[in-house]
Amino acid sequence: MAVIPVERKPLSLAERTYLPQIAAGLKTTLKHIFQPTVTLEYPEQRPTIPPGYRGVPTLVFDPHGREKCVSCQLCEFVCPPKAIRITPGGIDPADPAAHVEKRPQEFEIDMLRCIYCGLCQEVCPEEAIFLQNQYSMTGYTRAEMVNNKQKLYELGGTLPDAHFKWDKKKAAEEHGNAH
Amino acid sequence: MPAEFTFPDNAAKAADAAPEFETEKMSLSMGPSHPSTHGVLRLQLEIDGEIVTKCDPVLGYLHRGDEKIAENMTYNQFVPYTDRLDYIAPLANNVAYAIAVERLAKLEVPPRCQAIRVIICELARISSHLLGLGAYGIDVGAWSIFLYTFTEREKLYKLFEELTGARFTTSYTRIGGLARDVPAGWNDRVLAFCDQFLPILDEVLALLTRNKIFMDRTVDIGVISKADAIAYGLTGPNLRGSGVPFDLRKDAPYSGYEKYEFDVPVGTKGDCYDRYLCRGEEMKQSVRIVRQAIASFPGGDWYVKDARRIFAPPKEKILTSMEELINNFMIVTEGPQIPAGEVYFEAENPKGTLGFFIVSKGGGVPWRMKIRSPSFCNLSILPKVCVGTFVSDVVSILGSLDFVMGEADR
Repeated sequence: MAVIPVERKPLSLAERTYLPQIAAGLKTTLKHIFQPTVTLEYPEQRPTIPPGYRGVPTLVFDPHGREKCVSCQLCEFVCPPKAIRITPGGIDPADPAAHVEKRPQEFEIDMLRCIYCGLCQEVCPEEAIFLQNQYSMTGYTRAEMVNNKQKLYELGGTLPDAHFKWDKKKAAEEHGNAH
Repeated sequence: MPAEFTFPDNAAKAADAAPEFETEKMSLSMGPSHPSTHGVLRLQLEIDGEIVTKCDPVLGYLHRGDEKIAENMTYNQFVPYTDRLDYIAPLANNVAYAIAVERLAKLEVPPRCQAIRVIICELARISSHLLGLGAYGIDVGAWSIFLYTFTEREKLYKLFEELTGARFTTSYTRIGGLARDVPAGWNDRVLAFCDQFLPILDEVLALLTRNKIFMDRTVDIGVISKADAIAYGLTGPNLRGSGVPFDLRKDAPYSGYEKYEFDVPVGTKGDCYDRYLCRGEEMKQSVRIVRQAIASFPGGDWYVKDARRIFAPPKEKILTSMEELINNFMIVTEGPQIPAGEVYFEAENPKGTLGFFIVSKGGGVPWRMKIRSPSFCNLSILPKVCVGTFVSDVVSILGSLDFVMGEADR
């Protein structure tokens, strides 16, 4: 095991006059003056958000315009600060997505409680809830900071779907081999 | 009522300084919102003129009951709470917690997961020491240090953001793995950071190491002897600054630390200057470890394969297979199934050794969890080390101990 004692040398006479340090300090300062700035003029300039950023949680539609959430309430269960409240509801039989059977009647995320941990997105078995790149949420009242279902879909929009599992299920049912 | 501390050596020094000028002692509250206290720590000082004769740290302003919270949620749900212990190095806390639970479950994570954990731990150490160094600079009157170290820290935060999705509250580990794999090209960006970081670190350290003003504020101030450091349970750079070469990465390696070559810097005198020097050197050693870990970066899985009741199946499977869907629901609602037993695991965090003592009665929720936080133990030396110093030296000592109240009060 390599243990190295840190080096401590007493100051030389020249160093005790402060002068070499002043010169070295000025040199460092001058060097940094001519380097590009590291700050952003927020909010005019915005930082680039990397893919996979955990911003405000949102609900998404699939490319066919179906709400992906089936109100299984797994995100509500896992949410560590209990920020999510879901009221499950049925789907009108006339609806093209009636075979999905359930959708949230109301879906509320309290952004004053949310800690942006991303567990809801991680556990979601439908890929319906996503933390996207929105990071700045403000409001004048507490009520404004609770995102309801409509707001969540507005923020979320439509995301591509690799599986279309419910469409596949419907097709299988129509061919008579459900489950 | 806090216990009365009397320490013959320092107290005698203070009292004997000039007995004929002995005056009425004054009580001074430093904090909880004093600009020079880090976080919400209150020091109840008793001073005789400029000399501190008694120092009582008052803790608990940031107490959130994390240990109790842990008993009321599944193991994975607690990961975001570990971010908020030592919030200067959340990734290191995530890793320490995940390894503790994995030890309890007797799980062995694959080499790729271990390597990622080592890299993020060392980056977290650099980030934490950069902040400690910058804040210490401000404490003793060197402002520009803070600006340079924060510029470097911002670069690290960009890397964390890309890896975990958040700059600060990373919540990156899961029991038996990680939240996600490293993004493409991330390792190269870490190496690029390391390459440009070392010259800047040298430049920053050069502003302080040979600076007479800085040395006047730190050399022979707050001397902690080897015996005291061990007796008070100091860990991390504070212990090593006193000359005890104790580093869990060497003494009880975890997550594959035994594979990497690095040195443990130790101080010789145990004063504030030694603690500062140790932190500076540790950052250089961390860069060494990161480079080795990336040079030998293993492929393969980044989560355990054979733990169906602990690590959730991949999303792909959940969306296509009924079995995996049910498994996902079981793991989320019941928690990762950890066998009954108890475990104590300590990791070498930037501030010292962060320990988790977990008692499990089986199932997905810990029956009891105790968190041994390095900052809390490091603060216990304050009543001893502050006695007999000047009031302005208290600020210097506080800065050199580099603690985080989120962790001390937890």
